[in-house]
Amino acid sequence: MELTGAEILVRSLKEEGVTHLFGYPGGAVLHIYDALYQQEDVKHILVRHEQAATHAADGYARSTGNAGVALVTSGPGATNAVTGIATAYMDSIPMVVITGQVFSNMIGNDAFQEVDSIGITRPCVKHNFLVKDVADLAETIKKAFYIATTGRPGPVVIDLPKDVTANKAEFNYPDKVSIRSYNPVVSGHIGQIKRAVTMMLSARRPIFYTGGGVVLGRGAAELTELAQQLNYPVTNTLMGLGAYPATDQQFLGMLGMHGTYEANMTMHHCDVLIAIGARFDDRVTGNIEKFCPHAKIIHVDIDPSSISKNVKVDVPIVGSVPNVLREMIALIKGGNSKPDEIALGEWWKQINEWRGTECLKYDEQSGKVKPQQVMESLYRETNGDAFVTSDVGQHQMWAAQYYKFDKPYRWINSGGLGTMGFGLPAAMGAQFAHPDATVACVTGEGSIQMCIQELSTCLQYGLPIKIIALNNRYLGMVRQWQEFFYDGRYAMSYMEALPDFVKLAESYGHVGMRIDNPADVDGAMEEAMKLKNRLVFMDFVTDQEENVYPMIPAGAGLNEMILV
Amino acid sequence: MRHVISILMENEAGALSRVAGLFSARGYNIESLTVAPTEDASLSRMTIVTRGSEEIIEQITKQLNKLIDVVKLVDLSADEHIEREMALIKVKAVGEAREEYKRLADIFNGRIIDVTEASYTIELTDSGDRIIEFIAAIHADEIIEIVRSGVSGIARGEKSLHP
Repeated sequence: MELTGAEILVRSLKEEGVTHLFGYPGGAVLHIYDALYQQEDVKHILVRHEQAATHAADGYARSTGNAGVALVTSGPGATNAVTGIATAYMDSIPMVVITGQVFSNMIGNDAFQEVDSIGITRPCVKHNFLVKDVADLAETIKKAFYIATTGRPGPVVIDLPKDVTANKAEFNYPDKVSIRSYNPVVSGHIGQIKRAVTMMLSARRPIFYTGGGVVLGRGAAELTELAQQLNYPVTNTLMGLGAYPATDQQFLGMLGMHGTYEANMTMHHCDVLIAIGARFDDRVTGNIEKFCPHAKIIHVDIDPSSISKNVKVDVPIVGSVPNVLREMIALIKGGNSKPDEIALGEWWKQINEWRGTECLKYDEQSGKVKPQQVMESLYRETNGDAFVTSDVGQHQMWAAQYYKFDKPYRWINSGGLGTMGFGLPAAMGAQFAHPDATVACVTGEGSIQMCIQELSTCLQYGLPIKIIALNNRYLGMVRQWQEFFYDGRYAMSYMEALPDFVKLAESYGHVGMRIDNPADVDGAMEEAMKLKNRLVFMDFVTDQEENVYPMIPAGAGLNEMILV
Repeated sequence: MRHVISILMENEAGALSRVAGLFSARGYNIESLTVAPTEDASLSRMTIVTRGSEEIIEQITKQLNKLIDVVKLVDLSADEHIEREMALIKVKAVGEAREEYKRLADIFNGRIIDVTEASYTIELTDSGDRIIEFIAAIHADEIIEIVRSGVSGIARGEKSLHP
């Protein structure tokens, strides 16, 4: 039977197992909305801004590991979606974004709501497609999902001219797809894996440095097994939190600019660095000239272009994380070599001395609500088992430092692009994917205002998200840098004319709370978590001048942290 | 170091801009770029001449390989290869100069392909270096215009880039 392009799209999404589609209608996608209206398999979620559609799809993807899907109209719909697409691209999130386009015969004529979506998104997608013939549509969708979810994942855009959604073709959804120019590597080179294992076992001061690739590659269990088999210390990047249980003794916390003293010192002094699914980002390495001066480096990554991009490595292994780690585990089990227990004992002794610095301690007697205290309270009151999304800035770092993630897919933040406004819509995506779970959005009074309109979406769908706003009346991270590096000239970092967030939440039909006394923090948190079916906006009036410590200033090495 | 990278890619709209966009977005330099369809109509062949340290060239080839439209690529300069470029050189040709340009074209195996009372257009196909030598042999004031095609390259021997 022949179907219209719009019907083919919706049927194809169903074939891909898509249950939620985040979008916003407009002229170029009306045929698609009409097709969505006439079925119940794919649930469409109406957001209030296309940026939120992409972030929500992204949050859905990050909390499940499956592709998130967004649908927006042509022109401004597509350009509004670009921030969300770029956010997903920087963090390698599997996502398929369908953008409407003007009629094919009008492309290039400056038609109403026309923009070159393919051109605009090209530098921030894994791939994009302009579908010119309805007969190619089903196969294109299959390819889009295949590309988005395999290899190093990423967003894929499908640009759909309006006439293509009206034209008819036979619907046959392909079972599988092969693309001659795209064959992602799966297994690592066994010779390289053997070399790596030999190097790992000969280490005297080893460390695992692991990133978002472990989460995305579904390799958290293998990482945990391998690290525990060897009793080597583990540090996660911001994107890797949850890839190794944070409450385990072997975990040193996050590394990098706002990482723990013990993680950064262990990195700096290690002799064998085992990097897995991490990309040696500048926020992790600090001054590249001073990075891990004594280390031999092993690097496992599915993307060859991540290897030796910033730091030259000694043993590169291209392959999927769980596959490579399983090989390593088997080789170590089957072999005769064991780690040098005496050297390792010395190493742990040294690491525990660094730990003794207690770099995350803070002033608990100030009489002010401390952001760190709020994060610890959130951790306790959610039993460490919430899905936590965040926006970007100081609150993001505090959440990363103080919420101990034991499982992957629980920590959802814009690490690469650093997109303010990400937190609330991402929380919506996570809540749709996990309707019974606690989803908390840690944010600031700056970030939350960048997608505040989504409070309306949350009301429409009854999303019981807990918004934890650390309100210090400053763009805190900007203020911190201005304090440290611009002699306290606080240019445009003060948030004047803030709304009353309690009333704002209430006007959207939600519960609002303001907490300005440290003694009330735990009680309020407990009360909010009990409101299982309500969105609660918790406006924590925090210490205005609290800074994120420890910190590696620009140009310094990992061993040159500012502690307090 | 100068490198000649040869790419086999899907002959699709937008494929060229993906490559060109990659170079500009990542700050890589393009000295020349040529592209045309191959004997297989679904594939295009592109030759890019670029400069960079070994690390940069390694990143360039890895990033190019990551593009979904790129089927295969090779750094031709890593091995024995042939490079050819075509140039069309229009010169003022009056009086004695006419005979002189004829001789010069012969020496360089060029052909005069257009003649007017006051000008010649010379076609020359050779390595980039030879083209530069030829141009250097003409007085700058005598040059009306020069059009160069950019380099096309192919490996020596039986090797090919075909999948």
